[in-house]
Amino acid sequence: MSQRPITEDDLHAYVDQALEPERRAEIASYLDDHPDVAGRVAAYATQREQLRGALASIADEPLPAELNLAHIVENRKRRPLRAWGAIAALLLLGIGGLGGWTVRSLLQEGSNGLTSLAQEAAYSYNVFAPDRVRPVEIRASDSAELTQWVSNRLKKPVKVPDLSVSGYRLMGGRLVATSHGPAAMFMYDDDHGDRLVVLTRPMSNRNLDTPMMPQSTGDVAGFVWADGGMGYTLVGQLPGDALKPIANEIRKQARPI
Amino acid sequence: MKDMLVQVEPLIPALRRYARALMRDRAAADDLVQDCLERAVSRWHQRRDGSVRAWLFTILHNLAVTQFRQATARGRQMPIDDAGEQELVSAAAQEQRLIYQDVLGKLAKLPEEQRAVLLLVAVEDLSYADAAAVLNVPVGTVMSRLSRARERLQQEMDGVAPGNVVALRSAK
Repeated sequence: MSQRPITEDDLHAYVDQALEPERRAEIASYLDDHPDVAGRVAAYATQREQLRGALASIADEPLPAELNLAHIVENRKRRPLRAWGAIAALLLLGIGGLGGWTVRSLLQEGSNGLTSLAQEAAYSYNVFAPDRVRPVEIRASDSAELTQWVSNRLKKPVKVPDLSVSGYRLMGGRLVATSHGPAAMFMYDDDHGDRLVVLTRPMSNRNLDTPMMPQSTGDVAGFVWADGGMGYTLVGQLPGDALKPIANEIRKQARPI
Repeated sequence: MKDMLVQVEPLIPALRRYARALMRDRAAADDLVQDCLERAVSRWHQRRDGSVRAWLFTILHNLAVTQFRQATARGRQMPIDDAGEQELVSAAAQEQRLIYQDVLGKLAKLPEEQRAVLLLVAVEDLSYADAAAVLNVPVGTVMSRLSRARERLQQEMDGVAPGNVVALRSAK
């Protein structure tokens, strides 16, 4: 029976115990016949044992608090909340009595990530809605392709809401980058050329269901909510009372059955 | 997120060990691991299929390399004397401790890329393919670096100046 030649790689894999038993036996028998190579391999094995021994105690140390993963996750969730706390404080100074409510709702939203989603939608609106050349990447005429693309990337089935009953036509959509991963953006317009943006992405809390909440960033305002762990937001430059029924319509259509 | 906790948490001690062996400074190493974990949390949903272990070590290794480069750019040399060894080995018995300090001191004299590959393979038990992924080099390069690392470390241990070696002594 002819045997594969022994390579340097085999010798290292022997030291690292990374060989199949059969090959390992072949190397062992080769080493029996070649004491000089065996000596070198034994020295490498000693190195390995000494390095492992020398460093072993580090892995046994109790982890310091900064490396507690649960704390890291928790701190990360709190970060947007702190920012919104500051904004809420400003609002409080500005609008007094009404501020109490605003602070409470902002803080609640901050803790479940909806505030971020609304902000991301406002950014997308500001970038894409004024674009007269290419506001969307995939047009409404290819909406099947659009649905498939965003569903694949979000790893969730995404339905494109139909807002024709509210007088808005789907222009198309695109995938947008957010600090929480990809989100699907859909854009609509009406006969006056007023544009609306719907942004949806999975929320970090998969079971999250929330009531619909008003949101505004600069002069872009709208509503944000979550159903079954998916976050949705509708934003535009219309007054809130005009957007509310449209948001309700989207929620009705998108709600998981 | 729960999935992330379950998969990442058990690997933190190994990440600390790798970071400290590379940085040879407890505080600097733990800062690096913390940075690594924060990135892991925020990028968890972006990782591709495959070994979580290799993915975490890749993040950590890249952070370490960035630090080394910044230190070099500032004209600061990473320590290559024996100063860090005592901090590394504390739990062992006296005689064993000396042996351990010695091997770590010699490891520290290896070029950074050889040190990294030896630590990943021989200490952290990464497969050669995973080590190649972490270092972003072909497996062949991992093998040649590993071979050079072991040869060089053995020369140090045998007290032979590198470059003058004809035959290696066998182990005692």
